[in-house]
Amino acid sequence: MIDWLTDPWSQEVLRRAFAEIVLLGVVGGALGCWVVLYGLSYGAESLAHGLFPGLVAAALIGAPLIVGGAVGIAVAAVAVAAIGRLHGLDRDVGVAVVVTTLFGLGVLLALSPDTPRAIQGLLFGDILGLTDGDLALAAGLAVVTGIGLWLLHGRLLAVGFDRDGATALGVRALTVDVALLLLLAAAIVVAVQGLGNLLVVALLVAPAASARLVAQRAAPMMALSVAIAVACGCAGLYLSYHAGTAAGASVAAMFVLAYLAAAAMSALRSRSV
Amino acid sequence: MSALVRTHDLSAGYNGRPAIERVSMDVQPGERVALLGPNGGGKTTLFRALMGELAPMTGSIESDVRTGSVPQTERSRLDYPVSALDVALMGTLSRLPWWRRPGRHDRHVALDALKRVGLEARAHDLFGELSGGQRQRVLIARALVQDARLLLLDEPYSGLDTSSAERLTKLLRDLAGDGDGIVVATHDLEQARGYDRVLCLNRTQVAFGPPDQVLDGPTLELTYGESIVTLPDGVHRGVLPPHHHC
Repeated sequence: MIDWLTDPWSQEVLRRAFAEIVLLGVVGGALGCWVVLYGLSYGAESLAHGLFPGLVAAALIGAPLIVGGAVGIAVAAVAVAAIGRLHGLDRDVGVAVVVTTLFGLGVLLALSPDTPRAIQGLLFGDILGLTDGDLALAAGLAVVTGIGLWLLHGRLLAVGFDRDGATALGVRALTVDVALLLLLAAAIVVAVQGLGNLLVVALLVAPAASARLVAQRAAPMMALSVAIAVACGCAGLYLSYHAGTAAGASVAAMFVLAYLAAAAMSALRSRSV
Repeated sequence: MSALVRTHDLSAGYNGRPAIERVSMDVQPGERVALLGPNGGGKTTLFRALMGELAPMTGSIESDVRTGSVPQTERSRLDYPVSALDVALMGTLSRLPWWRRPGRHDRHVALDALKRVGLEARAHDLFGELSGGQRQRVLIARALVQDARLLLLDEPYSGLDTSSAERLTKLLRDLAGDGDGIVVATHDLEQARGYDRVLCLNRTQVAFGPPDQVLDGPTLELTYGESIVTLPDGVHRGVLPPHHHC
């Protein structure tokens, strides 16, 4: 049993993967609570998919992926904001049109003969191929997110509770929204390198959604969400190592299992009340 | 003693169009003012102007005390993971610098405010699990934590049963007794008769003064138009509840 637990740690690649998943778990678990409480799950998924052409373009020209991701997400955000201003178009429909267009553009670029073969890593992540620079970036993100959420906590809570009431308390709801979206965009751009374009949203939604089913108040919800994200992330890496499954998909599978367990607990509790 | 707030010939509105015009009123310390008017008559606009959220288009607002708003509880999310104490602590946002989180002293202030509204025993209960009357009192506690001397309450009695309503009336009377100013937007004419002064508003100020001088037939008809009816006893008058067209 001890060997089962310690074996993966003998490899540098896996030590880095564990460090990355713990850092991303802290960020995704905490930030994800606000994604869930503000009903931003669809928005988070849209941003993650919308930045795909930026990642592929960066891979094509040999630029750092972080730069491609940042440009991609900025373009996606501007496109979503612009289409939201069109009259007669439902906002959800507008977002769907923009995101599928951008994602399609990314796939088109990815299928070009000049694109490196590592394109699969952009879609599903390459948590076993991380550099020290990637880890430093994730650590920086964890620090910035931690400080940001600590400072914004009361305002985020008040705006989510009653937007107009928060304005009467002197809170600028729009500023709070923008700060949250910037943190979310930064988290997606950094996490997408380890977990991939398709799976990153699992980190930002599943642990928080699970914690929401069990915890009654915001602070315990956040602590539980971080614990679930870190535990499931590590469990996914063990599964991947021992069963030979894809790392990102294994981590996502653990998130799903955690959600099902939380849903079962919540259902049992409401039946016993 | 000087007024907690005083407006002079105030007009305010949106996109350059006034929603209220020529409002001249004041609230003295310890005074309870009822604000009567039809839906769409400008009650919310007046509250927003008194809160400082809307700048006067013409006229003026003078106030040197903090104003607290107590919204209808239906606007708050009942499925939200906050306790009564968490909600009361939101009142610290308007007086703490943006980088400071509420500390032990602020928690004491919030617990004291909950005690003042009779809810210290429910401080750790979820907001969404409290009754309508208790939620209303938590929102009043939040305004007290803001250190507000002037409280603006938006139809606080809607949906309350008789005992909750009586409790709320006593609380508002106690707060006024402590020197706070209270403005309550309401449709209840009988309740308004129990207040110190009444402001009748229908896009423009119809009347402002003690209830026995203000609440007469012509003023109510100007305020509510066709929604005002004489009750079967032939003496009292009432306001028809607003109906919605589908």
